[in-house]
Amino acid sequence: MSETVIKCESVYKIFGENAKKMLEEANGNVDAKTFQDKGCIVGVNNASFEVAKGEMLVVMGLSGSGKSTLLRCISRLTDATGGKIYIEGQDLLELNNKELIDLRRNKMGMVFQSFALLPHKTVVENIAFPLQIKGTSTNDSISRAMEMVKLVGLDGRENYFPRELSGGQQQRVGIARSLAVEPDIWFLDEPFSALDPLIRKEMQDEFLRLQEKLQKTIMFITHDFDEALKLADRIAIMKDGIIEQLDTPANIVLNPATEYVRKFTEEVPREKVLVIEDVMDASNKDNLGDLKVSKDDIIENVAEKILTQEKIVGVVDSDNKVVGSIKPSKIIDTVFGGRKNGS
Amino acid sequence: MEYLKKYPKLFQWLFLLAVFFALCFAIDVPETYKFIRGQAEFVKDPNQSVYFFLGKEVRYYAFDVFWRLPPLLGWLPIWINDGLFFLMNEWMPMEFWNEDTQEFKTRPLLLQISRNLTSFMTFLIELIREILLGGLETIVAFTSWDFIDAYPWLELPGLPWTIVAAGAAILSYKLSGKGLALFAGLTMIYISLFGQWKPSMQTLSFILVAAPLSFIFGLGLGIAAYKSKRVEKALYPILLVMQTMPQYAVLVPALVLFGVGDHAAVIITMVVAVPPMILLTILGLRAIPPEVIEAGRMSGCTNWQLMLKVLIPTARRDILIGVNQVIMVCFSMAVISAFIGAKGLGFNLLLALNQLNIGLALEAGLCISLIAILLDKMSLAWANQQQDYFGNLSFYQRNKNILFFGGSIVVGIILAYIGTFIFKDTFNYLFEVPHNKGISTADFWNKGVDWIFDTFFVYIKAFNTWLIVDVLQPMRALYLRMPAVATLVLAVGAGYLIGGIRSALVVAALTLFIALSPWWDRALVTLYMATFGVVISCLIGFTVGTICFQNKKSAAFMLGVCDIFQTFPSFVYLIPVMMLFGITDTSVLIAVIVYATIPATRYTIEGLRSVPVGLHEAATMSGVNKFQRLTKIEFPLAFPHMMLGINQTIVFALFMVIIGAFIGTEDLGQYILKALSDKNGAGIGLTLGICVAFIGLIFDNLIRTWVEKRKKHLGIA
Repeated sequence: MSETVIKCESVYKIFGENAKKMLEEANGNVDAKTFQDKGCIVGVNNASFEVAKGEMLVVMGLSGSGKSTLLRCISRLTDATGGKIYIEGQDLLELNNKELIDLRRNKMGMVFQSFALLPHKTVVENIAFPLQIKGTSTNDSISRAMEMVKLVGLDGRENYFPRELSGGQQQRVGIARSLAVEPDIWFLDEPFSALDPLIRKEMQDEFLRLQEKLQKTIMFITHDFDEALKLADRIAIMKDGIIEQLDTPANIVLNPATEYVRKFTEEVPREKVLVIEDVMDASNKDNLGDLKVSKDDIIENVAEKILTQEKIVGVVDSDNKVVGSIKPSKIIDTVFGGRKNGS
Repeated sequence: MEYLKKYPKLFQWLFLLAVFFALCFAIDVPETYKFIRGQAEFVKDPNQSVYFFLGKEVRYYAFDVFWRLPPLLGWLPIWINDGLFFLMNEWMPMEFWNEDTQEFKTRPLLLQISRNLTSFMTFLIELIREILLGGLETIVAFTSWDFIDAYPWLELPGLPWTIVAAGAAILSYKLSGKGLALFAGLTMIYISLFGQWKPSMQTLSFILVAAPLSFIFGLGLGIAAYKSKRVEKALYPILLVMQTMPQYAVLVPALVLFGVGDHAAVIITMVVAVPPMILLTILGLRAIPPEVIEAGRMSGCTNWQLMLKVLIPTARRDILIGVNQVIMVCFSMAVISAFIGAKGLGFNLLLALNQLNIGLALEAGLCISLIAILLDKMSLAWANQQQDYFGNLSFYQRNKNILFFGGSIVVGIILAYIGTFIFKDTFNYLFEVPHNKGISTADFWNKGVDWIFDTFFVYIKAFNTWLIVDVLQPMRALYLRMPAVATLVLAVGAGYLIGGIRSALVVAALTLFIALSPWWDRALVTLYMATFGVVISCLIGFTVGTICFQNKKSAAFMLGVCDIFQTFPSFVYLIPVMMLFGITDTSVLIAVIVYATIPATRYTIEGLRSVPVGLHEAATMSGVNKFQRLTKIEFPLAFPHMMLGINQTIVFALFMVIIGAFIGTEDLGQYILKALSDKNGAGIGLTLGICVAFIGLIFDNLIRTWVEKRKKHLGIA
């Protein structure tokens, strides 16, 4: 595994007057209900995880689950009530105001659900804004912003004002703005939630294309489980401030840790999410038939081919080396088995 | 019993009224009670009682405490007065260098500050005035009279009226378009041709100083309040009182602190104009979506950058609406501060009214109103202006307004120069039309007034007599017949029934202040006039509003009319009523009714409009007719907003009643007017102003609390 960029150790965020004192008294045993009775609201409850360089962690949860609060703790838009947060080994909560501003100017970019563009600036000025705040000269910042305009495909609209753009276009500006300073860490807070379904799909594809190119370390917040599956390297599912499960999409679908997580996975079409590698039998490499499939194939795409086979199908990696095998019956089992009534 | 359970509130109210009337009947009028007592004048009368507080002697007529409370706060105005006197004349004497006598002189600190402040203001006003009208004070301020004598050509020439007119038109065009440009041009031409140029420019220069200063202070304080809860908490009560304080009342302390003249007027205008600016700044900053602030933070803004580059530009519209409010307040103050010697249109208006020259007053009033409407429309257009895509515009297109203005300056100067040849022996009309050398229609109006008086005198007089004898006098007597205790019980009870113990305490405190001041009787008279005005205004406003609402076009038209009427400085309303009814209570009340009908109408239309479209459609699909829709759906839902209209109506009515003192009433306003000419009047004026403000705040508190509850109940908060 490569180096860790974001590291959280039992992060708590509790809203209310005596939050800090109550947290100390609770001694690491925070119960949302007792806190609520005393007038405090638990936003984030004991969150610990790491995000590696170039990894995309999607935090998924319904509204009120604390996912946005968690993100704001890590970007220090709010101060966490307890716990430690490290950004590239630096203790975030220890930074003074100046160091924090430096960090944000050079290392972090953030995209917002409601786009949060400045209404009085044009597209290109909005994108150049973080650069100009930093003190980059007008010429340099504008030419850099123009590059970003091209990157997100808004050429020709650089002098428009935000209110003259559609929602999808506005979010492209938001994305371009967050990337203008070439940050290493990219926060996205439900960036596509306010968009129409068709535009949302288009933006997701565009986002994957960008990430392919840029390889940022990403924390992506969403309430849409399908979106999480589509984009994530790993998914953290949150409920009432607690991270219920943090794992790869395949593992979450195959082995939901709690009843709550299972409810999400039930309706997920597994053939669309899982790849052959997730379900293959790595121990058996003998008695293979003629058909070979790649371990990275999505099940949906090769299911028909496999199901027409009578023999066991071999699984190969990108070097065409056999790494395992899969029985046709396993496909049927994966797609239809163990769905209803829980297994 | 069943009814009691069904409508508990109703019975509580009935019980309160019963107690109130019982008290009224139980407490007799004391025999020695004379209608309105003169204790505020501090006449030595052997019948008076005396008490001492902090060494101050307070004299008053003692009555049964149930009937009238003793003026325990009678020392307050005296104390304020002495305090001010002490601060200005004795506190912290220091050595100051005197330019004229070239030596150090001992002066109290506050006096020195006040003198420096006033001379700075005078300089600013003179500077702008001389740019518009010409003169040499500014240059003298930098050099000396000897210098001017040596170089007489240095005198600032002033702008020809043609250039100012063109400038106003071009600016209007840039802000709004052809319509406003035409209006601006015509207004300026009218002002010039009717010989009102000089006073108009004096008023304008006053506003050009007062408005930007108020804007800066208001914005600064607004930001401070937004940033710090403590500042907000400290400012809030002041803002609240200033909103309902009659502008008249602040003139008196200003007189003491800053003396007479334009400079004092500017400073006091700022005191009045800053509060609305603060409120709108806070409002605007609060309305910024939190994500925009977070976006600014994440871009790495420092606090300063966040404020200057993110918050203020995003709240631009609300802040500019604040500017609009500031300009409007400055305007009404420009007129009112004529009482403390500010030059300009207001002074002319006051003079004309004093001489009962209605024609002249009308012309000055029209000028004031036209400029007010123009500035109102211009600043609103500025607030609502949005930039558009500009990437493909050429240099000429982008800068054509500046180029046109440059051109008009050249043309204006050439015209003025030609004018020196055409009007060789008389005034150069292409440069400036002097006062009373323009066209005047005053005679026409005066004759008109005379004609109306001659023709309709009998009817007007009959109406007047009927109103005063059969309506106003009895009403007034009824109000004065209320024992103080009964009034207190009524007010506090209403507060308790509407807003619980909290409201009851607030109302009790406010009412007690007035009851313990020496002017309770006067306050009752003010209240009776205001009540009469408010009731009639609301009847008219609700009816007119409801009728106009039936049709989209008429509703929009009515709102436009309200807008225009609201921009008139309140003083202007006195002109036409004096024309018709002369100097009587009727005149004041009619001015009150006209003025206070504006908010009643406006809020009715706005309230009815705010009923959601979905509900309209739902009602229509349930098969209601127009009348049913109005009574069953629109009125109940619009009522909370209409109540806010009543709140505004009360404030407007109180303002007008107080200003009506100029015509001659016997309420609190009359005493404020008296305090203006009294050298010990500062304390009295201020206390009276607070009394009026408190009357407004009592109703404000009750109505607002009720509206909030009602809105929550209806789920339209």
